Amino acid sequence: MVSLSDYLILSSVIFCIGLVGIFVNRTNIITLLMCVELILAAVNTNFIAFSHFLGNEAGQIFVFFILTVAAAEVAIGLAILTLLFRVRGSIDVDVTNSLKG
Amino acid sequence: MNNMYTFDTSTLWAALPEIFLLSAIVVVLLLDLFLTKPFKQATYYLTQISLFITGVMAFNLIDQPQTIIFSGSFILDNMASVFKVFMIGSTMVAMVYTRHYLIQHALFRGEYFVLVLLSVLGMMVMVSGYSLLTLYLGLEILSLSLYTLIAIARERAGAVEAALKYFVLGAIASGLLLYGMSMIYGISGSINITDIANFAANADLASRETLILNFGLVFLVIGIAFKLGAVPFHMWVPDVYQGAPTSVTLFLSTVPKVAAVAMLVRILVDGLGAMHAYWADLFMVLAVLSIALGSVVALMQTNIKRLLAYSTISHVGFIMLGFVTGVISGYGAAVFYVFVYILMSLAAFGIVILLNKKGFEADQISDFKGLSKHSPWFALMMLVVMLSMAGVPPFIGFYAKFFILQQVISAGFVTLAVVAVVFAVISAYYYLQIIKSMYFEESDKDITIVAPMDMQLVLSINAVLILVVGIFPDFWIKLSLSLF
Repeated sequence: MVSLSDYLILSSVIFCIGLVGIFVNRTNIITLLMCVELILAAVNTNFIAFSHFLGNEAGQIFVFFILTVAAAEVAIGLAILTLLFRVRGSIDVDVTNSLKG
Repeated sequence: MNNMYTFDTSTLWAALPEIFLLSAIVVVLLLDLFLTKPFKQATYYLTQISLFITGVMAFNLIDQPQTIIFSGSFILDNMASVFKVFMIGSTMVAMVYTRHYLIQHALFRGEYFVLVLLSVLGMMVMVSGYSLLTLYLGLEILSLSLYTLIAIARERAGAVEAALKYFVLGAIASGLLLYGMSMIYGISGSINITDIANFAANADLASRETLILNFGLVFLVIGIAFKLGAVPFHMWVPDVYQGAPTSVTLFLSTVPKVAAVAMLVRILVDGLGAMHAYWADLFMVLAVLSIALGSVVALMQTNIKRLLAYSTISHVGFIMLGFVTGVISGYGAAVFYVFVYILMSLAAFGIVILLNKKGFEADQISDFKGLSKHSPWFALMMLVVMLSMAGVPPFIGFYAKFFILQQVISAGFVTLAVVAVVFAVISAYYYLQIIKSMYFEESDKDITIVAPMDMQLVLSINAVLILVVGIFPDFWIKLSLSLF
């Protein structure tokens, strides 16, 4: 029997991989998008695990919405990325430094 | 449990402004497709009319008894209605300022207006959201529209880069916020704010079982701080403000702040008010860091949009100070500060836009040189705005800071108030620098103002209000206090 804490540990590991990935990644912006997806996957795991063990459907409904929003978010992210490639000719993180910060 | 998800159409009136706005967005979007070039202006007027009608609807719902509909996920109360009216009003003003800029810089497209309307819809859902799900959805409608709005100047490398930065950091913030929400849901067993509040009020906060509540709370605070742009989660603010087209910066720096504060109130005050002692500590650190960094780093800026970004960060610090106090009058002072901040920020960016011309972005402080010779009236307006932002009486910015500090001191945080005042004085330097270059330096460029009369008129009213409301602040203060 897989217990609730196993799910929570799994989701926190995924969450940390996503978060660390964003901060150590210095090469490609697509990797950043993948890391964001990992964070959302961790959130979804959390919601479903809680929902199952609480016997409450609200968490699973929440996950449907997160999935939908995540799809829209990636669509916009990739669109912006295409624009960046058009004006810069590269999608490396390093080229996005004309604004200091 | 079964009748929890019933759907009662007789309660739909409480969401009337949102429903109307959504229909209006669809109409504007479709109509814009069929408009030929000479009639493109119609989209702008249609947008203003839609906003106006939505505003009237929201205004009529003020003073209705508190109503919670859609199975506890949508609330109508005075705070929601007043915030909505205020947001719609500021959006309309922002649109008046924007139109001229859009025409001059070839950004006048139908999508621009649809995206603005969509983000207003998202913000209205946010201020009325009473479950974690509605709050999240409202936030995402807002954020997704804003990412696109920034990237609308698609030939400008700076704008695209700003959009990308905002997108990545916004997505991280949403992720953190959601992670916190999942924790709160897991421990309280509900996503409704009412149930969460009941749970938090009865929970033994010191026990090990509720540790996860604290854990979730930290993530929620980080997510909210990201959206507000508080230090140390402020990295996106200066870059996005600088990179985005000025018209978008104007919108971005004003109205969404109201929605972010509303979300803060819903989650932290309404929902987790019982845990105030826990989140107030976090807020104190964020507020002091924001005020300090916002005031000091702004000293080194030469770009006016970046400077105003850092000034926003320090204003956000003051707003957060109001929430540290944990008393209703403190929250009221914070909401009053938000109103004042929006009024000042609209006028400040309005004047920056005013100086724009075809092919010329007036975004350097040096572009303000000698403004008093060319346009004494608008130089005076800018003077009013800058003095108000610096917190000089009798302008409204002084009262806003004064009430926050008064509440902070009466809540017993004297050191905090002293630190805030010291940095407010430091920040006065850069506001005065702009005044100096307007009045005491000679212009090396030709600055003639080509903006249309309607914009000049609204901008003048906006700036005069800063003075008038500063002299008679009673109404706004009473209004802000009545919201809690």
